Amino acid sequence: MAIAKLKADATEARLAGVTLPDGAQWARAARGDALARVRAMGLPSKRDEYWKYTNPSDLTAVDAPSAALFDGGEAPLFGDKECLNIVFVDGVFDAQASDPLAGEGIEIMRLCDAMAADIHWAKDLYGVLETRGQVPVERPLAALNTALATDGVVIHATAKVAKPIHISYLHADETSDANLHNLVKVDAGAEVTLLETGPGAARFSTCLEVDIADTGAFHHVRTQGRDHERRTVTHCFARVGAESTFKSFTVTVNGVLTRNECVLDIIGDDAVAHVAGVCVGDGKDFHHDDTVFITHDALNGESRQVFKKVLRNGATGVFQGKILVKAGAQKTDGYQISQSLLLDEDAQFLAKPELEIYADDVACSHGSTSGAIDETALFYLRSRGVPVRVARNLLTLSFMAEALDEIADSALADELRDRLEGWLARHG
Amino acid sequence: MLEIKGLKVKLEDEDKQILKGLDLTVETGKVHAIMGPNGSGKSTLSYVLAGKDGYEVTEGSATLEGDDLLEMEPEERAALGLFLAFQYPVEIPGVGNMTFLRTAVNAQRKARGQEELSAGDFLKEVRAKAKDLKIDADMLKRPVNVGFSGGEKKRNEILQMAMLSPKMCILDETDSGLDVDAMKLVADGVNALRDAGRSFLVITHYQRLLDHIKPDVVHIMADGRIVKTGGPELALEVENNGYADILAEVS
Ligand SMILES: Nc1ncnc2c1ncn2[C@@H]1O[C@H](COP(=O)(O)OP(=O)(O)OP(=O)(O)O)[C@@H](O)[C@H]1O
Ligand SMILES: [Mg+2]
Repeated sequence: MAIAKLKADATEARLAGVTLPDGAQWARAARGDALARVRAMGLPSKRDEYWKYTNPSDLTAVDAPSAALFDGGEAPLFGDKECLNIVFVDGVFDAQASDPLAGEGIEIMRLCDAMAADIHWAKDLYGVLETRGQVPVERPLAALNTALATDGVVIHATAKVAKPIHISYLHADETSDANLHNLVKVDAGAEVTLLETGPGAARFSTCLEVDIADTGAFHHVRTQGRDHERRTVTHCFARVGAESTFKSFTVTVNGVLTRNECVLDIIGDDAVAHVAGVCVGDGKDFHHDDTVFITHDALNGESRQVFKKVLRNGATGVFQGKILVKAGAQKTDGYQISQSLLLDEDAQFLAKPELEIYADDVACSHGSTSGAIDETALFYLRSRGVPVRVARNLLTLSFMAEALDEIADSALADELRDRLEGWLARHG
Repeated sequence: MLEIKGLKVKLEDEDKQILKGLDLTVETGKVHAIMGPNGSGKSTLSYVLAGKDGYEVTEGSATLEGDDLLEMEPEERAALGLFLAFQYPVEIPGVGNMTFLRTAVNAQRKARGQEELSAGDFLKEVRAKAKDLKIDADMLKRPVNVGFSGGEKKRNEILQMAMLSPKMCILDETDSGLDVDAMKLVADGVNALRDAGRSFLVITHYQRLLDHIKPDVVHIMADGRIVKTGGPELALEVENNGYADILAEVS
């Protein structure tokens, strides 16, 4: 009782004084419902089962902890790729830096515009997958995002879209606190790639809802950039239809706190859903959490989770991943691997892999390991003249290779590999 | 070239003495072979020379052309021209064989103040050398030694040796696991590298390799020491009679 009261008080404190963004009647209702969900669940606390390893207090605090601005001196990512570029600075749309919102095979607009329209397909998606994703594990910060999100991008892919959509989230204000919400609807036979880069804000919450119709495909590559003091929470909810493809990859570098939740619902037969990521962290102020929940509710589904974390100097990595195979979801092929490379004894990795299976003809496997650099391999490389630092970095990159192999576009993968190599060289 | 004097080595974590005062000199341009019973310390010697962790040198010295090897990091020894073909080559998942080779070649060139090899020149050279050793292009693309057969791993060691062109080559049982044809390939690879400026120390249990790679000097190692040194006929004696007679004679 006392705990419930504490939770309710903390939630009310956070919500006191917030005003929900305005919009069309359906949009106001969706936000109001989301706020009601937040109140009903209460904001997360360290006592919650799925927040045992990650302290959410920075994410639930009334004021966003400030984050110093950081310029790593690197060129913007994916600059060589021809994309439809969209820029948000501290959560605010930057029209000048963005391309016109139009493209072949897509309808695309800002979320705030979609939510101002009396009739828009976004009505059937906004907060809908998020609501579905609250069961069986509550994700109150996702509902909070649905309530508060000021903007974002809504994308409707009606064909195979050649140009990726690249959203850059810039951080220019030390105390910014931003909530953005993106929607992606992929029609049958359509295909679209979404790239997301950048730290976003001092405290940044994004929620992505993806609805993939039968035979559609969605590709997602995301980087969470180098700002050391940023706090980030992201949610991705996807509904994956028959014979469709969902692939999401995230690279995280630095940051005080990152929590990436991914909730995938495979509802059609013969679908493929992959979610993967790597993170690199140095220092006790680095905390990175991947929390994944994949539900198989159809025949012959394939899911893969591949997560690799490189941790040093007291950095912490968390992985909570679940595969739920519902009764009747026969021939499910579910694979999950989470591994950490601890570059010293102070770093730690906490993993909670879960399998829950109600069908009898499935192949599911999961594994989780924590290890150090392989000394035998290190000596082998050095005996060939490779300096110890270079050898160590080569082995560290090779540790991440299985995850990076999940990126289908090899140019993107190479660029990310180069960035990770740069990080290793700076932190080796 | 290589001069080892009174070398005593124990395990770092255990009170176990493995090399017990070993003396060995390999002259420039010569091929020396070491034979000896299992567990006599042959691999330990090669590891200590290459700089592997886990061993403690309690006495003695080892120099390469006058430079103190034991003071150096493994990569420095390699840059100076020491090469060890491992008895058990190591698998490195995730690191491509080509990347590995190029990184090693260029690291050594850099350490010696030479220019790095261009990607094109490097590729040309690897392809030619791999062809001689019947290593196909596909193997070069795979991660280092991963999924290689025992014999393929050994040939890959010789490819590395050929690419790095070291001065002092130590081959630790490179013949074990090789079929007759592969042994010939490996021996040809070694013989192609033989020249007046390069020395070899070939550790083996069998005469067969020495039929192909004719040694100048043969040593018998037992219980952490070189107990007998002779010409190629010594290897034949081991092949025919085993170690019992030799060990009885020296004890
Ligand atoms: N790291 C280690 N830990 C424990 N014992 C070791 C270690 N390294 C070597 N030894 C022991 O030292 C002795 C010498 O081993 P070494 O591998 O050098 O022999 P070898 O002459 O190469 O034998 P072989 O002909 O079987 O290859 C053996 O008794 C071995 O068990
Ligand atoms: Mg041995």
